[in-house]
Amino acid sequence: QPRHLLELLRRTTVHGESNSALVIGPRGSGKTTLLNHVLKDLKEMKQVRENLLEKPFLPGLLQTNDKVALKEITRQLQLENVVGDKVFGSFAENLAFLLEALRKGNRTSSCPILFVLDEFDLFVHHKNQTLLYNLFDISQSAQTPVTVIGLTCRQDILELLEKRVKSRFSHRQIYLMNSFDFKQYIKIFKKQLSLPAEFPDESFAQKWNNNVQHLSEDKTVQDVLQKLFHHSKDLRSLHLLLMLAVSAVTVHHPLLTAADLQEASRQHSTDSKANIVHGLSVLEICLIIAMKHLNEVYDGEPFNFQMVYNEFQKFIQRKAHSMYNFEKPVVMKAFEHLLQLELVQPLERPSARAQREFLLLRLLLDSSQIMEALQLYPNCPTDVKQWAASSLSWL
Amino acid sequence: MNTRQQSKLIYSWYGKPLGSDRKLRTSQYKGILITSESSKTETCIQLGDFILVEGTNADQPYVAQLVDLYEDGAQHKRAVVQWFCRLEEIPQNKRKLLKREISAQEVFFDQVLGYDTDIAAETIIKSIMVIPLHLGEELPVITLNKEQTFYVKQSWDGKCFKVLSPDTFSKLKEANKTRGVITNSSKASIPSDILTPVKKETESVVRSATKPKKIDMEIESKHSSSKSSLSKERHSQRVANNDIKTPTARKKLELNSPTRSKGRLLGYEVLGLLDDVCDAIAPLEPSATKRKVKFTSDILGSPPKIPCSNDKSKSTSQSAEHCQTFSDTIQLSPYTKVKDFSDKDKNLPEKDNIPSLGGYQCNQSPVLTPRSRRTCVQKTSALIAEQISMLDQEDFLSDSDSSYSSSSEEEEDDDDVPCTPEKKTKSSRIFSTPKSSRKSAVHTPAKTLRKTPLKGTPRTPRNATPEIPRRIQVAQEPASVLEEARLRLHVSAIPESLPCREEEFQDIYNFVESKLIDGTGGCMYISGVPGTGKTATVHEVIRCLQQAAENDELPPFQFVEINGMKLTDPHQAYVQILEFLTGQKVTATHAAVLLAKLFSTPGPKRKTTVLIVDELDLLWTRKQNVMYNLFDWPTQRHSKLIILAIANTMDLPERIMMNRVASRLGLTRMSFQPYTYKQLQQIVSSRLKGVKAFEEDAVQLVSRKVAALSGDARRCLDICRRATEICEFARQKRTPEMVRMAHVTEAIDEMFSSPYVNAIRNASLHEQIFLKAILAEFRRAGVEEATVQQIHHHHVALCRMEGLQSPTVSETMAICSRLGACRLLLVEASNKYLHMRVRLNLSQDDVMYALREE
Repeated sequence: QPRHLLELLRRTTVHGESNSALVIGPRGSGKTTLLNHVLKDLKEMKQVRENLLEKPFLPGLLQTNDKVALKEITRQLQLENVVGDKVFGSFAENLAFLLEALRKGNRTSSCPILFVLDEFDLFVHHKNQTLLYNLFDISQSAQTPVTVIGLTCRQDILELLEKRVKSRFSHRQIYLMNSFDFKQYIKIFKKQLSLPAEFPDESFAQKWNNNVQHLSEDKTVQDVLQKLFHHSKDLRSLHLLLMLAVSAVTVHHPLLTAADLQEASRQHSTDSKANIVHGLSVLEICLIIAMKHLNEVYDGEPFNFQMVYNEFQKFIQRKAHSMYNFEKPVVMKAFEHLLQLELVQPLERPSARAQREFLLLRLLLDSSQIMEALQLYPNCPTDVKQWAASSLSWL
Repeated sequence: MNTRQQSKLIYSWYGKPLGSDRKLRTSQYKGILITSESSKTETCIQLGDFILVEGTNADQPYVAQLVDLYEDGAQHKRAVVQWFCRLEEIPQNKRKLLKREISAQEVFFDQVLGYDTDIAAETIIKSIMVIPLHLGEELPVITLNKEQTFYVKQSWDGKCFKVLSPDTFSKLKEANKTRGVITNSSKASIPSDILTPVKKETESVVRSATKPKKIDMEIESKHSSSKSSLSKERHSQRVANNDIKTPTARKKLELNSPTRSKGRLLGYEVLGLLDDVCDAIAPLEPSATKRKVKFTSDILGSPPKIPCSNDKSKSTSQSAEHCQTFSDTIQLSPYTKVKDFSDKDKNLPEKDNIPSLGGYQCNQSPVLTPRSRRTCVQKTSALIAEQISMLDQEDFLSDSDSSYSSSSEEEEDDDDVPCTPEKKTKSSRIFSTPKSSRKSAVHTPAKTLRKTPLKGTPRTPRNATPEIPRRIQVAQEPASVLEEARLRLHVSAIPESLPCREEEFQDIYNFVESKLIDGTGGCMYISGVPGTGKTATVHEVIRCLQQAAENDELPPFQFVEINGMKLTDPHQAYVQILEFLTGQKVTATHAAVLLAKLFSTPGPKRKTTVLIVDELDLLWTRKQNVMYNLFDWPTQRHSKLIILAIANTMDLPERIMMNRVASRLGLTRMSFQPYTYKQLQQIVSSRLKGVKAFEEDAVQLVSRKVAALSGDARRCLDICRRATEICEFARQKRTPEMVRMAHVTEAIDEMFSSPYVNAIRNASLHEQIFLKAILAEFRRAGVEEATVQQIHHHHVALCRMEGLQSPTVSETMAICSRLGACRLLLVEASNKYLHMRVRLNLSQDDVMYALREE
């Protein structure tokens, strides 16, 4: 793949051949890294360097429409010196201007231009796909040599292109997949963690690298990595995990241990919503349990506050001796707190007319999450726990 | 915008009908009177006069000589003219026949047949001078008004240039003489008469400055440009501390500047001020006219012979004298000969100086009080001295310090109009910093000179041609057979002929050719799926037609192309068309008006226009007025417009167009069928003619594959190109070889393989389990949609079966969003969390297939 891309770009610069290609791969598969790498290699070739490859880089998230993109291209191609101090005219003028500029050149005399469209899928949503059409059209006609490279993570990108645009695209697709297996993953892990040779303190680097070697052979560490590997092959998540682990390293604790990694993994994989539950009051937990029961009874149908309150009242009446009976406004307050935490979500937007008690809501927690959180909840009344286990516990 | 329309003109006959033809019910006249309502002035144009006639382009009125004037049966005023043609009207390829530089003021005696010499009298703009010269003769360096004087040396009959026949020459000369006599005599006899040519001259002068705004602007720019060059030179003069310039001269100069600004003011608002100063100008103008006559017709005429009846004319005679000396200096100045500039380069700046100077003098005098008339004379003489020194300077400076004024200076000019005299002096000093004008002048000297009349707006950026920097190294030529093949297979490589589209080519060619010969308009709609060679064929047709037109087998035509995709807005189509046709840049609405006028009114010398509208469907608007207009113009009688509309869908007219649009589009349709595999094969092999790079079978495989899918020639070429790359890749170890089946198959696989299966296979374990869970949920529910919560339960169950640690809900959400980003799944907005609905973006079978393989 790198060779393909390198070859492609080399031909653009050396032969002045126009091309277009798409680099497709899931997030974190190294699309931009690949491109940068290839460009670096390319710069090392003498011929290419002399030809001065210009490359406007257009991140799709910034270029929200074609007008902005055009301005950015003009800026990056340094054509604005021709435009002078003239304030940029209309969109139409800009387009005509740029097209004319590109039309002027021909294969043999103009400097080749490399267009990099990051988040290519966002450019597809621009009106009429004008920019893409024009870029591809230039790449398919005897004008200034251009190479258009799109980076995207969408596998269905070609279906998004309009038929005319699609016809002009050369259908070179470079797929990047995280196709490595676990052994390679471990290798990457080692390489990422090892200190480079040019590290100033040599003895420490030696020690550290030895430690990393040990770690990679350690069973627990391998388990941790295996788990992460099973979840995602994305290297960014590995970086994140290692970052968490390495940040535990201090002067007194100079070397990374397996425990550090385990701890990091635990942090890395905690459930965010369940975590929130840990911080709730008993009343709020009771409400959540009531909602859980409602969900079970009505099979996931939405509920409203009044239903939850009734359910809660039933529980209180049964266990009146152990639980303090809260006033309804207090319960309402607790309920609204849950709403703010987004543990429950209204089905429709709350309108001024509808009474808050009867607003239809949905619980955003799974029953397994609730049970797990309850296990970890400190000083939870046994009655509540029992009630959570079964709504029929009083029988 | 168009002042001509604002100030209504009334055309009436001058004098009694000379003769009338009872049968045809026409009556002839010897002159026509043009009355402008707003300025209350009248111009008389007589037979034999040279006139400017409204053309397609407001910047470029046609030059003609009035031969006959008559009123036809329907009371329409008609004029018969002898055309002169400007250099711009001569086809580019014929210009080289001239073998000499042509100044913008030179015109050719037009003997091209087929131009309509009978025009409506209302199209006459004003009278001008056309002076015949012998071929060897230099253009006179002194011209009073560049806009008003033209020279003719040769005739043009559509094929070659000829020297003017003595007969024509004398006739033209005669026409000038009589005119001059008339002017003189009438002025001498009745100066106060409204109908006198004097008045007419006033009118024409005024009108030249104001009437067609374009011309007006042009003059303005020239004014300012000449001013800038003037001031620039003055500046350099100061710097150089020229001997000729005395301190007194400088003083005079400063004295002068306010008046100059005043003159400028007049230039701007002649129309407005006319009422005030009309009386003042009226007596003055004759002298100006006289001066002009003097210079244009007879350079050697001695100034003192002009009757100096009053002070004003004295000043003019002074200025005349000054011009005389001026011209002498030019001839005397040794530098001109030393420097090897073309005539054009030399003449133009000088010319620019003179008219403006003339302009100042004409305009400044009325402003002066009688008391200051004497100083005025002095000033003029000072100006002369200055001018002379300036000329010398100019030769020093030489180069292309021509007529380019930057916008900043224009603005300054604008500023100082309402200023007090002191300020004006200051600002005129500011003028003398010539930096900016210098820069812009250097920009494109050659172009500037050639296109001067066109450049109404002197803003540099607008005219600047953007360019991609040149590459330092030359592009490497293909070294091997494969590289050569690749180059030829590139879509951009233009083949000499278009195989497999001969029939369509012939049809379109015949259509356009017949319309061209008839001089009528028409539409043709061409449809076909992408990559079937629609645009290429049409371009080929145009190329052939242009070739034919060059060889005089066909009448010449203009070719305009617009592409719906390259427009930001359908209405921009008007702007582009107008810019192609006339070079004007206006707003969309105005362009529509101008174009409608252009195509609906009969224009003499109008060439047929061939308009290609690519990607027609994008010109669709809700009211469809763009399409309506486009297809309405060809149906007009005088439009001479041929439209070739290109789009993808065959039934576009029926589908998206309103009835009235579709009906105007007509029934001339052509549809490009997708290429069959044989045709594709032929295309590839025709491109590869002479290069042995492909196996016969390989080409056939590609073309069959593509033909089965889309019949898109571009795709076919791309695959072949990719195959050569793969071949080259594999080749490196062994000896050079041809592209074989294996390479082609690889290329096809690469391009057509579904990415999904591969993506799923390379997904992580939990992602795969998640997909399995989705399948299980779908099977359970029988609906192809599930919420994350449901899938999560399945996921956990599956994990338990496999003995894996089950993921938390957060992790499941992460997996889901990752798959969603790859579009393996279609997911809702993520704020619904567990209740987010999920759908597969590929068929369940594909997922099963991908997952089972392991």
